[in-house]
This record gives sequence, C-alpha cells and structure tokens, in this order.
Amino acid sequence: MKREYKIAGFGGQGILFLGQVLAYAGMQSGLESCWIPSYGPEMRGGTANCQVVLSDRRVRSPLVYNPDVALIFNKPSLERFSPDVKPGGIVVLVSDLIDTSPGRSDIAVYAVPAKSLADAAGEPATLNMVVAGALLAVDPLLRREDVEAAIWKVTPPHRQRMVAVNLRALDQGVDWVRAHPAEGTTGAENAANAAGAVGVVGMAKGAR
Amino acid sequence: MERTFMKGNEAIGEAAIRAGCRLYFGYPITPQNELLEYMAAHLPEAGGVFLQSESELAGISMLYGAVAAGKRAMISSSSPGISLMQEGLSFLASAELPGVIVNITRGGPGLGRITPAQSDYLQATKGGGHGDYNLIVLAPSSVQEMADLTTLAFELADKYRNPAMLLGDGIIGQMMETVTLPPAMDQGESKPWAATGCEGRERNLILSAPYTDQELMELNMRLQAKYARIKAAEQRAECEQMEDAEYGIVAFGISARLALAAVDDLRADGVKVGLIRPITLWPFPENAFRAYPKVRGYLVVEMNEGQMVQDVRLTVSDMVNGRVPGAAPTIRFLGHGGGYVPTATEIRERVMELARLLREAVGASEAVGAVRTASASGSVPAEGGRRTA
Repeated sequence: MKREYKIAGFGGQGILFLGQVLAYAGMQSGLESCWIPSYGPEMRGGTANCQVVLSDRRVRSPLVYNPDVALIFNKPSLERFSPDVKPGGIVVLVSDLIDTSPGRSDIAVYAVPAKSLADAAGEPATLNMVVAGALLAVDPLLRREDVEAAIWKVTPPHRQRMVAVNLRALDQGVDWVRAHPAEGTTGAENAANAAGAVGVVGMAKGAR
Repeated sequence: MERTFMKGNEAIGEAAIRAGCRLYFGYPITPQNELLEYMAAHLPEAGGVFLQSESELAGISMLYGAVAAGKRAMISSSSPGISLMQEGLSFLASAELPGVIVNITRGGPGLGRITPAQSDYLQATKGGGHGDYNLIVLAPSSVQEMADLTTLAFELADKYRNPAMLLGDGIIGQMMETVTLPPAMDQGESKPWAATGCEGRERNLILSAPYTDQELMELNMRLQAKYARIKAAEQRAECEQMEDAEYGIVAFGISARLALAAVDDLRADGVKVGLIRPITLWPFPENAFRAYPKVRGYLVVEMNEGQMVQDVRLTVSDMVNGRVPGAAPTIRFLGHGGGYVPTATEIRERVMELARLLREAVGASEAVGAVRTASASGSVPAEGGRRTA
C-alpha cells in the first residue's frame, strides 16, 4: 500500500502545515511517512507546495510526480498539478478560490468552499483544515483520531490554543462533504459518465 | 526505541547529542540551517556548548581544538562553507584527530544555489585539502540514516582517529520522515592520547606537522596503513535485488531512493535489475561489486556531472583485469549538476537502453562467433565471390 499526496497553493494558506499533519497522522497509524517541502521563496503570497508519501513499507522515492491525492488551494496549482494525478485519484480543490476544474473524467473531484466555511467560522486561517476534513470524508486511509493527534503534534507549543479551532475546522470539512454527497463523484463513476467533467465544473460553480 | 517524525537536518543534531557530542561549531548556510538551529536550541540543554564561529576557517580550527582535547565534537556547513574548511580537514587528518564534519551539499560550483546536488563527491572522497589523506565519508539516503550514520561517524572517527564526514544533500536535509532514534550513549572510550592536561603523566603532543623529513615519511606510512585497515574493515553498501541481477544501478543518497523506485518498476516488467547503494563513499565499497561478477551492465546515477562513476570504473577495471574472472560489465552514466534531480521514469528508460545495447552487442558477437565456427569447419558457402580456404 502506498499513498502519494501533492498539496499546493499560496504561501500563508497552511500548505506545509497540512502536509505535516497528514504525514504525522500516517506515522500515527503505523505507516512509514515522508514529507518534502518545495524549495523557493514561500513567504506569504508566494507559491508553496509539499509532497507526502505514506507506505506500509520503506518509502522508495520521497518525490511525488503522480499523486494519488492532490489538495489544491489556488488556480495556478490546479493547472500545474491536476494533469499529473493518477487515473482513479482524488482532487480536493478550494472551490471559492478556483473558478475552473481539472477537466478530467478519470479522477474524483471534490470542490469544497473551504474559504467560505473557514471565514464563516471566524477563523480564515483554518481553510487548510477544512480541506483536510473533506479528505477524511472521502478517503478512509487516515482516521480522524490519528489526524487529531497529528494536529496536536504539529502545532507549536505557543499556539496550542489553535488546536481546538483546527479540530472544529476539520469537522466542518467532514460535515460539508457528507452533507453534499453529489458534489463529488468517484473516479470510476466519472470515467463511466461522459458528462463527468461537465458535472465537475458545475460543482465548482455550484459550491460558490 | 523511540519512533518519531523529524527533518533530516534535525535528526543529525539529535543523533549527535545522543552520541555524546557536546561541542558544536558552525556558521549559517542553507540548506543545513535546521541543524545549526537544532544544536543552538538543544545542545545547551544537554550541557554542551553551541558556538557560532565567525567564519568557517575559525569553525574547523575550533573543531581541531575540541577533538584534540578528547571530546566528541561536530561542525556542519554546505558546499561553499566546506570548501573554506579544506585546510583544516587536511590538518585534522594529519594530526589523526577524530572530528565529525557534516556537508549538506548544495549546487555548485562557486556560491551556487540551494538546489539539491551531489557535486561534492570528489571533494569529499579524494581530498579537497592537500596531501595524501582520506576522510571516512558516509552517505545517508533517508532521515533514518541521517541519524544512524551520524552515530557511526562518531564511532568510526574515534576508532580510527580520523575525521569522518557525513555527506547529505538538500532534499534529505529538508525532508521529514519517520525515524527511530538511537539510544543515548556516553562520550565513547577515554582517549589516552588526548591533550587534557598532563599533571601526573607524560605530556601528550598532537602535531599536524612533523619535525623532520623522516617523521613525515613515517606519518605517511602510518596513515596509509590505517587507510588500508579502514578499507578492509569498513566498506558498507546496501545491495537490493542484486542476487540474480543482470543489470545494476549504482546510486548514493537521495538518488538511490529514486533508483529503488525504478528497480521496483523494472522488476514488475521482468527486468533483472538491482541496486548497489554505496553507504561508505570512502572507503568505496568495491567488495559489493566483486560479489556480483555476473552483472553485465551498470547504470550510475548521480546529481552531478559524473563523479562517483569514476570510482565505479576503477573498481570494475580492477575486476576486469583478472581479479574476478569473467567480469566485464558495461558502464553508463545518468546525471547532471546544478540542481538536476533524476526521475524514476528516466532511470527506468536508461536501464532499458542499456539492456538493449547489451542484447545487440551479444547478438553481434554471436553472429561473428557463428561465422568463425563455420569458417573453421570450412562449410561457409562461397557467396558473393568469397571462398573459404
């Protein structure tokens, strides 16, 4: 078993933090785990991405070229990384920051209005955790308790106040996806359905 | 044993503290700064001294002093900083002092950039400083090995009274991975040769320069005898799926991780390929190659313009020159300097190319052989006006 993730967006959106949470949660659940940040100027506003590999044996390549899962936080990242997602893979995108879709019928796309949800909760910085929650709802590999433990671990000691806030945002993401089952379809269904790609565009718009 | 999740650079720091390192010197440079930060934060907690030196030259000289006093000590930097330390490394080797030096390589030459690279192989293994000396050079390919080989570097440095270098790269330094940390140990065995204050005993002298011509000759002979012992006892390599391999990939550090992914893919396609991953770059693990004389071709993969491949060629040419009967592998190279990272796909394609090349070579030599056999029996038909004698 191996699961490869690419997480990409702007600096300041919590991209690297989210990657570390997934990687640490993987370790908590007994898997081998690896996280690599992208190089470059990743201060607020620049592009940021990271890659995570979880595996039940020693991780071979820590570099991810064809992810099983892509978590996408802005349009340039969608354009750059969604073509590389493995057929049958998963894309979770922040629909209220991205006005296009991957345009692929062989992957499952979940367009989640994570920014609106985080803003509405009064915690704009938690949109990364809303996306993590959405992933939890659609990919059973990681358990919520392991992700919770990971959030405790990855949050620096002086910011532990944010743990509860982050956990609420995580559950917001889970709940939203469960309440909107039609917003994402499985890769198999999508591939079988010629209208799948069109449906995805509709989802992204409908979620705004 | 304690399983955790750490950055490669931090794993070096924690392993060093647990290995009894209580003196650390360094000067900031990316991509090894997490190590400097880790030591600044945690070495004082362990009762040690973190000292940011005013320059790399000062830092390596501080290391000389610290290890001359019998302490376990370490310095770290990245490529341009390591260049500045070369004089000190030669002096440490000459004085037979056991410091640990960490080079988290960046792309060069010159100031270069922080992109990942493996272009300091030759500098690390062939000197860099002046004179006939060798560092023990260890090449981690995972965060786990960043920790394990740090421990080993301290042990080997003490055992042989020789400086040991950990040669990593920016990717392993920056990435986080699951790691089982080694248990804490003491500072190693006491060092009767160390300059610790001579009250009640004869004075210990630690010299990097002998007083006479004769002594310089003796020093060189002593060093070479020691290097021969290290070569005989300390070669380390990881060999994956080499038992039945027709082709071998040779790669160290992060390149070996990508090569291993390529091995998996190629094996799934039925290609008999394996990986030799040198862990000790010096001594180069020649024995690993000698163990597989049936390998027909090697692909050497590096993030440089072809450095370790020189050692592979030397090793193989020794084998071909009669020491290992029957061995005559073809060697190909894949790599670039300046921030290039090979992909598993690229490695896979180059192995397939090598396999094709060797198949064609065998085909050609069999055809030649067939003609020769036929000629000898005198049965080749006279075509195109050619007759056999």
